[in-house]
Amino acid sequence: MVDNILAISDLTLRYGDQTALNGISFEVPRFEIFSIIGPTQSGKSSLLRILNRTIDFNADARVSGSVLLDGEQVLTTPHVHDLRRKVGMVAPLPVGLPLSIYDNVAFAPRLAGVSKRADLDGLVESCLRQAALWDEVKDRLDQLGTRLSGGQQQRLTIARALSHTPDLLCLDEFSIAIDPVTTMRIEEVLRELKTKLTIILVTNLIQQARRLSDRTLFLWNGSIIEQGTTEAMFSDHPANSLTYDYIRGAFG
Amino acid sequence: MKPALAPSPTTPRFRETPAIARRHRQEVIARRLLGTTLILSLVPLFAILIYLVWQAAPVLSWGFLVESPRDGMRSGGLWPALLGTLYLVGASLAAATPVGVLAAVYLNEYARPGRFSRLVSLAVINLAGVPSIVHALFGLGAFVAFAGFGRSILAASLTLAVMSLPVIIASTTEALKSVPQSFREASWNLGATRWQTTRHIVLPNALPGIFTGIILMVSRTAGETAPVLFTGAVFYKSIAGGDLFAYSLLDQCMALSVHLFTVSTQVPNVSDALPYAIAVVLVATVLGVNALSIALRVYLRSRKNW
Repeated sequence: MVDNILAISDLTLRYGDQTALNGISFEVPRFEIFSIIGPTQSGKSSLLRILNRTIDFNADARVSGSVLLDGEQVLTTPHVHDLRRKVGMVAPLPVGLPLSIYDNVAFAPRLAGVSKRADLDGLVESCLRQAALWDEVKDRLDQLGTRLSGGQQQRLTIARALSHTPDLLCLDEFSIAIDPVTTMRIEEVLRELKTKLTIILVTNLIQQARRLSDRTLFLWNGSIIEQGTTEAMFSDHPANSLTYDYIRGAFG
Repeated sequence: MKPALAPSPTTPRFRETPAIARRHRQEVIARRLLGTTLILSLVPLFAILIYLVWQAAPVLSWGFLVESPRDGMRSGGLWPALLGTLYLVGASLAAATPVGVLAAVYLNEYARPGRFSRLVSLAVINLAGVPSIVHALFGLGAFVAFAGFGRSILAASLTLAVMSLPVIIASTTEALKSVPQSFREASWNLGATRWQTTRHIVLPNALPGIFTGIILMVSRTAGETAPVLFTGAVFYKSIAGGDLFAYSLLDQCMALSVHLFTVSTQVPNVSDALPYAIAVVLVATVLGVNALSIALRVYLRSRKNW
C-alpha cells in the first residue's frame, strides 16, 4: 500500500461558465517528486491555487470534488491559514517581499509567533542552507531581498517556502525567469529536499520533468490525459498517443 | 577602373527631402508651442506670489504673526486666526485620517469586488465633488444643531473632516493599489491572514502615497471658508497673542480664510496692505504644508523597498 500525501478525486473548477479543471482524480505518494506537465491554460496553476486555497481570493472560482491532504479535507477545512503553512508555494516569477533577506525568511515563523532571536537565526540559516543560498548571502542578511539577482531571489522564495516547514512543496514553473546554471542548482536542491518532503513540480520544460520526477501527470484542457511513472510516460509507448506527441514536441 | 556604383565622396549621404524638411518644421513648432504653454501656466503662480508679497511688505513682520488684532482689526497681528486655522486643520485631520484610511483599507483589501463595492467607490468619488457650501449646510444641521456641539471648533473641524473623507479615501485607495498584487499573494501563500498581510506588507509600502494624500488634503482644508464660517468661525475672538493653547474644542475661533474675507469686505478704513498680508500668511501656510509633503514623499521614496 502506497503512502499518499495527497489524494484528489473528481476535482472540478469553474471560472464563471468556463471549466478550468474537469473532474480530475490522482494521488501523490509521499517523498516523491510529482511533475505536472501540459500546455498553458491546461489548469496547472489553478490546481496549485486550490491546494492551498488561495483560489478563494478569486470571486468567480467554483470548486467541487474532494482534496485530501494528509487525510484532511482541503476544500472545507476551517483552518485555512494552517493549511497554507503545510503547503509551500513557489511562484513562476520570484517575488521577494519588500523586506530584508532575513525578514523574508523569518516572515512566516514570526506570524506563527516565533519571536526569540536565537530561534529565528537558526531557522533562517537552515532554510537558506537548504535552498543553497546561505553561502552567497550570509554576510548581507539585512540587505533587501528584492535587490538579489533573479536566480538568488528564486532560491530565496524556496527558502521562504521552507520556513513554515511544509509537508508539500509546490513549484510553479520555477525556472521560467532564471538561467540554466541556476536551474540545475535548484534541481539539485529539490533532489535533496525529496528526502524530507513531497514536491509537486508544475513545469513547461518536459525534460525537466523527465530529469527530476518519479511520477508525471499530463494535464490538457483541464483533463488528465495520462499519469504514471515518469519512466513509462517518457517511454516510446505511453498509453496515450497524445502524450507521445506532446513529449516529442509535435504540439503544445 | 573603379566600379561605377561607388558613390563619389562629394555626394551628400543624407539628403533633405521636402518631407523631411516638413517634419523638421513641425518638430520646431511643437516644441515652441508646448514650451509657451508651460510658461503661461507658471506666470500666474509667480505673479500672484510676487504681487502679494510686494503689496503686503509694509505690514509683514514677526509681530504680525504672533499678536492679536487691535483697533477693530485695523492694526496688530492675526495670531487668533492663524491659531484657529491650525486647530481646525489639526482636529479635522485627527478625525478624518483614521476613518478615511481604514475605510479605504476595507474597500481595497477586504471587500469582495462586486456591485456593492463598485457602488461605494462611485459614491466616494462623487462625494469628493460636492461643493463645500453644501458640506457647510450639512455641518450646520448635523453637528451644530443636531449633535448639539453649537458653533465651535469641534463642529467646524468635524464638518471639514466629512468634507475631506472622500478625498482621503480616494488617495489612500490609489496608494494601496500601487502595491503589487504579487506581494499580497506571496504573503497569503505563507499562511498570513488578510490583516497580517495588510499590516506587514501592504500598509508599510503604501505609506508614502497615503501621507501625500493626507497632507495635500491639509492644504485644501486650510483654505476652506464656507464650512467654517457656518459652523464655528467668528469675526473676532480675543485671545492672548502667541498662546498656543488659547482655544478649547468647544470654543468658537477665528480662521485665516474668514479673517481675510471680513477684513477685506466688512471693516472700513483698513490699510491697503493688511488683506494682502493675511493672504501671504494663508498662502505661506499652504505652500509650507505642500513642501513638507514633497519632502516626506522624497524621503519615503528613497526608502522604497522594491
